[in-house]
Amino acid sequence: MKDTIREILREHGRLTPDARSLADDADLYQVGMTSHASVNVMLALENKFDIEFPDRMLRRGVFGSISAMSAAIEELVAAAT
Amino acid sequence: MSPATSDLLEKARRIGTETAGRYADDVDAKARFPHEAVDALKKDRMLGAGVSREFGGSGASIGAQAIACETLGQHCASTAMIYAMHLIQVACIARHRGGSAFFARYLVEVVEEQTLLASVTSEATVGGELRTSVAGVERRADRIAIVKNATTISYGANADALLLTARRTPDAPANDQVLVFLRKADYSLEMTGTWDTLGMRGTCSPGFRVVADASAEQVLDASFADIASRTMVPFSHILWSSCWLGIATAALARAREFVRQQARSKPGTVPPVALRLAEASNLLQLMRNNVRDVTHECEDLMNGEAGDDALSSIPFALKMNNLKISSSQLVVQIVQQALLICGIAGYKNDSSFALGRHLRDALSAALMVGNDRIYATNASMLLVLKND
Repeated sequence: MKDTIREILREHGRLTPDARSLADDADLYQVGMTSHASVNVMLALENKFDIEFPDRMLRRGVFGSISAMSAAIEELVAAAT
Repeated sequence: MSPATSDLLEKARRIGTETAGRYADDVDAKARFPHEAVDALKKDRMLGAGVSREFGGSGASIGAQAIACETLGQHCASTAMIYAMHLIQVACIARHRGGSAFFARYLVEVVEEQTLLASVTSEATVGGELRTSVAGVERRADRIAIVKNATTISYGANADALLLTARRTPDAPANDQVLVFLRKADYSLEMTGTWDTLGMRGTCSPGFRVVADASAEQVLDASFADIASRTMVPFSHILWSSCWLGIATAALARAREFVRQQARSKPGTVPPVALRLAEASNLLQLMRNNVRDVTHECEDLMNGEAGDDALSSIPFALKMNNLKISSSQLVVQIVQQALLICGIAGYKNDSSFALGRHLRDALSAALMVGNDRIYATNASMLLVLKND
């Protein structure tokens, strides 16, 4: 899943470094992700994993790192099955 | 209401009536800094309103600060906006200073010395985007150096200190920003523009080139991304809206007085413009309730446990942005209604019902962070917000 997230970040995150080289816990906002880019990342993740992030998850912390996003998606996927 | 809060509001009322209002027309006519009112704010130790009591301040909540701005805004919108902008900057430091001994000392200093703090967020070539900087902080051992071309610094020439956004380092991404605190001795300003505007003329906000050399401890460690979403944006939208609420209240007060005069001259008939007054009073109530409601919610979040996370959430950002957009539009509508009620008496600059300054000041509201930019941000957030 984390590789898929990295691919989506590469396409939509507008990060300064290549997302493939980022550590799981790297702070994405410190490597260039804007609020606008994070919305595009959310949309791509919702589409890719066929999920909807509830409003309680729409906060900076949830999209601040690859591991945080992965944990949120796992929670939503588990709840749906 | 705590005694410290009621004391703050009483002072705001007195400074508003006795000083800010008295010089408001002169400040507006000459586009000059309202130094009488700002001196009065300093004399009454109002600049430390937002600093907690442990550092000697009044410990006023955001709600109390909002009402102080609204009160001043009824008399001189420029004074109110200067006061609001100072309070916003102090809140950024107070809420994000972490364990810094330097910034703990600053909080004592702003209370004791009543130093006026200005904001330097604008920058040439970034097109008004708060979360983008070109200038970066250059570090040399324990010193830092910054050169920033600001397109506007409100009361820049009259401030005692600046709080400036810059990239964490010159090579950092444009949105990896920090806030840097600069005392007057740390910087030089070269004015690069003028400030002959339609309204808010007393804020004296031309462009400046800032050249600074300071100690490395004057950089706030916290990421500006967090400071912006949790403090600078909510404080700005609430305190600005409060200043505009003051303008709208004052304009409608003139219209109400006008209608009462008409009614007294012909008892038994309701003056036709009274209907328009009833309409405008409805708008003012809408505006006031919106400002109060969002302020209370923000205050609860700032005091609450889950606050920081909730303050940086999309639902809260949307609500804040909506407050800014609606109050910036309502203030203009209300002042225009007041003008229609007062008619030519409101249109004349030398009449006691004059509304020109109110209208010109109100027109700045939609431009202080352009509403179209805010609508675009909201449009983007609504793509993922479910309202569940």
